[in-house]
Amino acid sequence: MARFDDITATVGDTPLVGLPRLSPSPEVRLWAKLEGANPTGSVKDRVAAKMIEAAEADGLLHPGATILEPTSGNTGIGVAMIARRKGYKLVAVMPENTSLERRQLLSAFGAEIVFSPAAGGSNAAVAKARAMAAERPDWVMLNQYANPANAAAHYEGTAPELLRDLPEITHFVAGLGTTATLMGVGRYLREHAPGVQIVAAEPRYGELVYGLRNLDEGFVPELYDEKVLDRRLSVGTEDALRRTREVLSEEGLFVGLSTGAVLHAGLQIAKEAAKAGRTADIALLVADGGWKYLSTGAYSDVLDDAVGALDGQVWA
Amino acid sequence: MSIEVRIPTILRQHTKGEKLVSGEGETLAELFDHLDAANNGLKARVVTEEGALHRFVNVYINDEDVRFIGGLEAKLSDGDQVTILPAVAGGM
Repeated sequence: MARFDDITATVGDTPLVGLPRLSPSPEVRLWAKLEGANPTGSVKDRVAAKMIEAAEADGLLHPGATILEPTSGNTGIGVAMIARRKGYKLVAVMPENTSLERRQLLSAFGAEIVFSPAAGGSNAAVAKARAMAAERPDWVMLNQYANPANAAAHYEGTAPELLRDLPEITHFVAGLGTTATLMGVGRYLREHAPGVQIVAAEPRYGELVYGLRNLDEGFVPELYDEKVLDRRLSVGTEDALRRTREVLSEEGLFVGLSTGAVLHAGLQIAKEAAKAGRTADIALLVADGGWKYLSTGAYSDVLDDAVGALDGQVWA
Repeated sequence: MSIEVRIPTILRQHTKGEKLVSGEGETLAELFDHLDAANNGLKARVVTEEGALHRFVNVYINDEDVRFIGGLEAKLSDGDQVTILPAVAGGM
């Protein structure tokens, strides 16, 4: 059945597709869960829907309420869509070094954008949102970094879908941001498919993003529990970009840059499994499609130029 | 035995502004001891008095987060690349 009451009902139940050309052998296979198929084009629609539902259930949100959220884009766009549908306002606090399309989409969905400084990346956005929340106690900050509903969206949605479609799964790889995808899916798989390896692909940005004034300004999301992970790999801008292009040319998948990082980690795992003679079914989380990154030149410029252009950006 | 270590901006005051330094050690703990001799104060910023990695510091050996491969006791080999980064909020 592909008929729905309204747009918000289309969140989730995304396709899982094989990557036969990038998989090393019929015994070691890569699979991609296409979260770009969600209504605003990213995995964050699941999160936005769940966090808003939880805030409504807790009596925090009433008609006309204002939601405040620090976001580099995708969560804000998801929240903005649902807020528009349900009659809430959104104030999104976003680092100024994020792609043009993300700003345009937020505005298109009616969100108000407040910029935080480029240096410090999302840390600065979180800090600014917290300061604003303290001044406006009537606004509702969903706080995706600490909100259990964020991980629950993946525990209750993303993970069961994955296991339904790939019961033979051996590895799950996703990008590390709020950490909620890995926490939610990881916990579910640990309970229902013991032995599955949970692997984080952490984007390694340019220096600007790590430009804290001191180490105590560092940030580890409240949701993060390292015990849920087996492995955490850091992937630089050039590797992520190269893989983003590779999956486009080899498999016809037009994905965002965080997926390049996830694929880079997934290919390393695939290579190790093939070398050791093990079978593997590696599920990669494709957080979004490439649409929001076109203006960065990620798909069209000479590789070195594109890497240079992304260097100071929060590209995942 | 030579290990290349990438230093984040925030810690370069200990390396005379150098972005890249080299050190030696069979383990990460030994490497930090070795580095500290030439780069005064670096170790104290990365390792706590209790002998654990600072909560807001991530260290990678060839892109693997060391917290999953033995922490400060993680083994090093000649030619390994070590990267130190502050923990920051990622994209979201």
